[in-house]
Amino acid sequence: MSDPTESVQDLLARIPYAQFLGMRIEVAGDEMTAILPFGQHIVGNPVLPAIHGGVLGAFMEMTALAQLLLTEGQARQPRVIDVSIEYLRSGRPLTTFARAEIKKVGRRIANVHVEAWQDRRAAPIAALRGHFLVTPTEPKG
Amino acid sequence: MSDHLDAMRNFVQGMNQGSPQAVALKLETVSLDKTGAVLKVPYDEKLIGDPETGVIAGGVVTTLLDHACGQAVHTGLTEFKTIATLDLRIDYMRPAEPGKDIYAKAHCYKVTRSVAFVRAVAYDDDPDDPVAAAQAAFMLDSSSGRGFGANLKARKDRK
Repeated sequence: MSDPTESVQDLLARIPYAQFLGMRIEVAGDEMTAILPFGQHIVGNPVLPAIHGGVLGAFMEMTALAQLLLTEGQARQPRVIDVSIEYLRSGRPLTTFARAEIKKVGRRIANVHVEAWQDRRAAPIAALRGHFLVTPTEPKG
Repeated sequence: MSDHLDAMRNFVQGMNQGSPQAVALKLETVSLDKTGAVLKVPYDEKLIGDPETGVIAGGVVTTLLDHACGQAVHTGLTEFKTIATLDLRIDYMRPAEPGKDIYAKAHCYKVTRSVAFVRAVAYDDDPDDPVAAAQAAFMLDSSSGRGFGANLKARKDRK
């Protein structure tokens, strides 16, 4: 449990909704990438087909939460206060990746930006900006 | 107008039954009229976001609101148009109560030639005590005369 990567992976494994989506995280050095493999169950529009916009929003929200847990070591799951999601391109039937950047962490609020992409990082399919209520494990001195 | 609404009632049923994600969440359109759309997601343990409290994941509310806002756009139009979500802003006011179904009530309050604007609330018992609120903008006629899904095809100028 002392390894933050393992503890976040363990937590994701215990969150039924993360399992429902099928997402996981990989950590290389100090960079975390969230991965959402394509599956029929995440399709929103079967004609195109395209991944449901809500699923992309949810995936980016979970990415932000995982990043906060990983780098800030939260006593409990951060609470989402608000998110603003921008849809840039349709989510095609491919694996989707996301990375979160913590812009600021205060005593109570964290500001996080997330970007999701598929085959080309330079062509993001969606972006999220969110505020999260955080409860650090120990007061910062 | 009522012909359009009748057609849209059939369309949203098809949308709920034909969309694998909507089926996986068991999304259901409770009502669709000129004031907007009301949708429901039943409580399900597989959708829990916080195993300690049993509260449904915020992401489920996100998907419910996105789906409800999209359906509400069709109630604000007089003819069918393809739509695409431009942006979606969600405020989470409180956790949903574990064990309760969650509803979303969405209203399309302005339509221009290219864009539709929608507001929505998600709640468990009372719309005046919301779990979350949303504000969304949709592009209308998103395929803009091209075939449905034309925006998904690789453009030559990209590569």
